[in-house]
Amino acid sequence: MNGAGLRRFGLGLIPWIGAILLWYAVRWSGFVNVSLIPAPHQVAAKFFELLTKEGLLIDIFASTRRVFLGVALGILVAVPVGFLLGWYRPARTFADPMINFFRALPPIALIPLVIVYFGVDELAKLVILFYASFFSGVIVMYEGVSQITPLYIRVAQTLGANQAEIFRKVIIPLTVPHILTALRVALGVAWATLVASELIAAQRGLGAMIQNASTYFLLDVIYVGIICIGLIALIMDLILRKITARLLVWQDRAIA
Amino acid sequence: MTKRAQFDKVSLSFDTQKGRLNVVEDVSYDINDGDFIAVIGPSGCGKTTMMSMLAGFQKPTTGNVLFDGRPVAGPGPERGVIFQEYGVFPWLTVKQNIAFGLTLNANHVPTAERDAISDHYLGLMGLSDFANSYPKHLSGGMRQRLAIARAYAVKPQFLLMDEPFGALDAQTRSNMQNLLLKVLETEGKTVMLITHSVEEAIYLASRIVVVTARPARIKEIIDVPFAYPRDESIQERSEFAELRSHIRQLVMDEYRAQQAQMRPVSFSE
Repeated sequence: MNGAGLRRFGLGLIPWIGAILLWYAVRWSGFVNVSLIPAPHQVAAKFFELLTKEGLLIDIFASTRRVFLGVALGILVAVPVGFLLGWYRPARTFADPMINFFRALPPIALIPLVIVYFGVDELAKLVILFYASFFSGVIVMYEGVSQITPLYIRVAQTLGANQAEIFRKVIIPLTVPHILTALRVALGVAWATLVASELIAAQRGLGAMIQNASTYFLLDVIYVGIICIGLIALIMDLILRKITARLLVWQDRAIA
Repeated sequence: MTKRAQFDKVSLSFDTQKGRLNVVEDVSYDINDGDFIAVIGPSGCGKTTMMSMLAGFQKPTTGNVLFDGRPVAGPGPERGVIFQEYGVFPWLTVKQNIAFGLTLNANHVPTAERDAISDHYLGLMGLSDFANSYPKHLSGGMRQRLAIARAYAVKPQFLLMDEPFGALDAQTRSNMQNLLLKVLETEGKTVMLITHSVEEAIYLASRIVVVTARPARIKEIIDVPFAYPRDESIQERSEFAELRSHIRQLVMDEYRAQQAQMRPVSFSE
């Protein structure tokens, strides 16, 4: 790591240190009952305990796999659907109200129905995550695609491009940024929906762990679960941002 | 002289909320092989619409726009277009932009020749040092040179230019005009240039079509008496000044006519 990179890393670390200090401060201030706030070092100890003795990794893996599959399937469907809606105005007029109707429904409200129709197994959790990813992704896709300027298509036509070439060489490159944005948004929404999806009789998973802990008032476990979800979501987002930066070097960004 | 393009009693109008809007009205003129036609008129008068019909983006309401004797059915690589907004593909490098047309089936360019052709136009437009840069790193003038290089690479016989230098500063603009003249000397093409600059029209064109305020009709067609190759010295000649004041007068009259119309409907050309 070079000097600038080190400085950026240090700058990124400061708010975390600040948050931990604030955490201690609130605990020691006496405003809140100390038994209601486990100290950061206690949570860290719990983390290692769960990691070594309780199979925390299995929970992390179960949750990550659900989010990953839900987002992958959701985006797989959202990309073509969002593209069609963005590209063909009549399709948009036709489907827009319905998409907005379903998008507004919180996935958690659908859980009773999902249980009725899809049972309580892995499939039910996937359906919830798919639902959340699809509707957040499809909006990003069609908003993005509908803003593609016709200029580039006209240019390609005057150079002799046929329909297939326009699609492959102009429309796809212009769509890639929107696919990546849709992926990022869906990933965030899916992590946010995870706990809800694991309300459905989940044995393992970070959401299930948090819910079980709440039954027994294990605050330190709840903290560990929440921090794990946040960290994994953050890492996934960082990876996606790296991929985006690699794929979209051509984009004119205000900040590099 | 062979006629390349013909406007035959061409009119174009469309319906708006305020009623029927005539954009182009009864326009007839021919563009011969080797001509450099400049179309000049007040902005918003419908001159871009004329070019747009020949490019194949819009169809006349009545009359015919012919290219090589056949009605224009759509855009095609034999009619290169340089857009006012450049339209360089931001996701491709400079060299990939130039090679874009060469990779298309319609142009039948063997893979082995693409590189050499791209390099040739890179050099011609002074972009060799930026071959692997993305357009975001280029200035406005360089982007326009890139757009021209890309259009030239597929060797269109006919070039349509819509205020190509309109967004450039005066120095870059004059450099680009000289470069265009230089390239035309070696490549020999037929050009239709849309412009609102009287000097640019006289300096570059062999014939100037002055159009009226909307709806665009032909006000006057003027032959420019200077032979090619031209250089900036012709701008000092008295004929240049006379021509300039004559055309300026025509354009100003139309500008005033347009102001007088004060139509509430506004739209970009």
